[in-house]
Amino acid sequence: MVRNLAMLVGAAFVTVLAWALFWTVEGQITDPAPKTVVDEFHLQPKEIELESNGVFGKFDQRQLQRGFQVYKEVCSNCHSLSHVAFRDLSQIGYSDAQVKKIAADWGAKQPTFDEKSGDHAERPNIPSDHFPKVYYPGTGSPPDLSLITKAREEGPAYVHSLLTGYAPQPAALLKKFPDAKTPDGAFYNPYFANLNIAMPPPLTQDGQVQYLDGTKPTVDQMAKDVTAFLVWTAEPNLAMRHTAGFAAGIFLLIFCFLAWGAYQNVWRDVKH
Amino acid sequence: MSFPWAKHYAPKNPLMQWMDERLPLPRLVYNAVGAGYPVPRNLNYFWNFGVLAGAALGIQIITGIVLAMHYGATGAGAFDSVEHIMRDVNAGWFLRYAHANGASMFFIVVYIHIFRGLFYGSYKAPREMVWLLGVVIFLLMMATAFMGYVLPWGQMSFWGAQVITGFFSAIPGVGETVRVWLLGGYAPGEAALNRFFSLHYLLPFVIAAVIILHIWALHIPGSNNPTGVEVKGEQDTVPFHPYYTAKDGFGLGVFLLLFVALVFFFPNALGHPDNYIPANSLSTPAHIVPEWYFWPFYAILRAFTSDFILPAKLWGVLAMFGSILLLFFLPWLDSSPVRSANYRPVFRTFFWILVVDVLILGKCGGSPATPFYVILSQICAGYYFAHFLIIIPIISRAERPRPLPNSITEAVLSKHGGTSPAQTALAAE
Repeated sequence: MVRNLAMLVGAAFVTVLAWALFWTVEGQITDPAPKTVVDEFHLQPKEIELESNGVFGKFDQRQLQRGFQVYKEVCSNCHSLSHVAFRDLSQIGYSDAQVKKIAADWGAKQPTFDEKSGDHAERPNIPSDHFPKVYYPGTGSPPDLSLITKAREEGPAYVHSLLTGYAPQPAALLKKFPDAKTPDGAFYNPYFANLNIAMPPPLTQDGQVQYLDGTKPTVDQMAKDVTAFLVWTAEPNLAMRHTAGFAAGIFLLIFCFLAWGAYQNVWRDVKH
Repeated sequence: MSFPWAKHYAPKNPLMQWMDERLPLPRLVYNAVGAGYPVPRNLNYFWNFGVLAGAALGIQIITGIVLAMHYGATGAGAFDSVEHIMRDVNAGWFLRYAHANGASMFFIVVYIHIFRGLFYGSYKAPREMVWLLGVVIFLLMMATAFMGYVLPWGQMSFWGAQVITGFFSAIPGVGETVRVWLLGGYAPGEAALNRFFSLHYLLPFVIAAVIILHIWALHIPGSNNPTGVEVKGEQDTVPFHPYYTAKDGFGLGVFLLLFVALVFFFPNALGHPDNYIPANSLSTPAHIVPEWYFWPFYAILRAFTSDFILPAKLWGVLAMFGSILLLFFLPWLDSSPVRSANYRPVFRTFFWILVVDVLILGKCGGSPATPFYVILSQICAGYYFAHFLIIIPIISRAERPRPLPNSITEAVLSKHGGTSPAQTALAAE
């Protein structure tokens, strides 16, 4: 009884699937979906070499400080960093006094609200504050950057490629897809999901940021440094996690070795 | 345990004797996972995975309870509270990564556990109840994992909740009403988040309770083994402790080693980047995909693309739930008295086709619904249902199994250079 009923149910599902398969194949033959402009012109991000890559990855503090400088002077005009606190900057090599000064001098202030008078006001940032939210009135909605390298496929490579990937729209594209011309107010970038991004090229010329440590501020270097910084903002515990991982791994290897010995010892007289 | 040669609990320590007379809890443990439970001597490493699944649940409960101390289930604050755990709570990043990857490890272990049950026929008489309770645990795990994935309140959390609760709107007539009632709103919001959190905290303890029943039901007939031949006498078994506690200890070490590799070095490899974007009801992700352990079922859902008397969506939902519910009937669909696939050549061939089929379905479920993957999932979903509902009932009657060894001990000794089971079977004829 169960088996006969099962065969009926099975036959029903197989029939419906065969029916669906027929129409899918038929649709593919009579009306195949044409390739879109994104299919043909979207590029995968270029690999990027960072200290934080791989299982031994850790942070290069000087690079993080340079990256922070790029964020501060360029990105922070439009992008928030709201999961990061000023005090966190001590992890990338700034002294307590420097952190205090960075917080106090930060352009955007902390909003305050007086319960008694009902007044909205502002006060300077202190180290325990998170970076204040940036409100952007223009077109597009600049995402918060705290987690951006974890919130995109191949995040670090994506950020670096996107920052350095602005280009004029290829003639071949316009010839094949005349409707896909980048609209006014947008910019062509083959690493962006739909090829046209609202963000104007943020890093336009070498020397846009003056590094204090003598590193040559080429566009590629600045993009790389800010990427490294954003890897840190997304995963500040990365280096500690790797160290702890090796400690735990070595401990467990010894445990496995002992457990295997115990297993062999217990079973030595029993064939199995 | 039913075997008459099972060791009896006889505490020597007066304190333990006192305890045993009043609350025989140590006796219960002794008989369940101690020397009082005789187990076939020939179990291979696949039999480690029950204990590993228990360990995985324990890890989930412990890390989860601590995470819940720091998490806030509010629409505005859930995402930020997870980042607070990652950055400001002591070892919070470790707890969260252990919990998120612990779910994956739990499913890996349980899938291997189910694989073992299917291959060695552990679902057959007299262990049907063990299997049925196992399927209940699997369903509870899926519900728990789904609701847990909603809690970080990222983009995939929100849109996953939208898609999964959308299944209920496929019910003719009352579907939309049921969906709104389940969500507590027209779209996933704070009401849904709070009830999911509440249930996500509750269900693991329900799972723990069903595991107790699962082990209880297992202890009536005792464990199956790779030959599928029942235990005939004392020489076929060894006490669970110390023999299998020692083996499980080693298995647990290897499990934890892989777990650590995942948590400390590739903690986001199995997650989706979109879940690091806060939930936004106005922006739909390009591809909504569930966690990897749901991919085969998601592929089955999406394989139904054409209406056929009923709407395609309803077929998809019926098939997706059906693909798991049919496991409840497996003990009666497979009427072959031979358990182990090692002695069932035809069954074994189809079994391996099923394994490949489910892996392909998994790949399809995790990929965008392009025509190529839709066609592939239609073929593979067809095989999945045909395998369980048509092929298994037929081959379980038509197949001629290979001769079985007379006993577990005989199979073990022949492996170590004694007479082969086939020779013994011939001699017996």
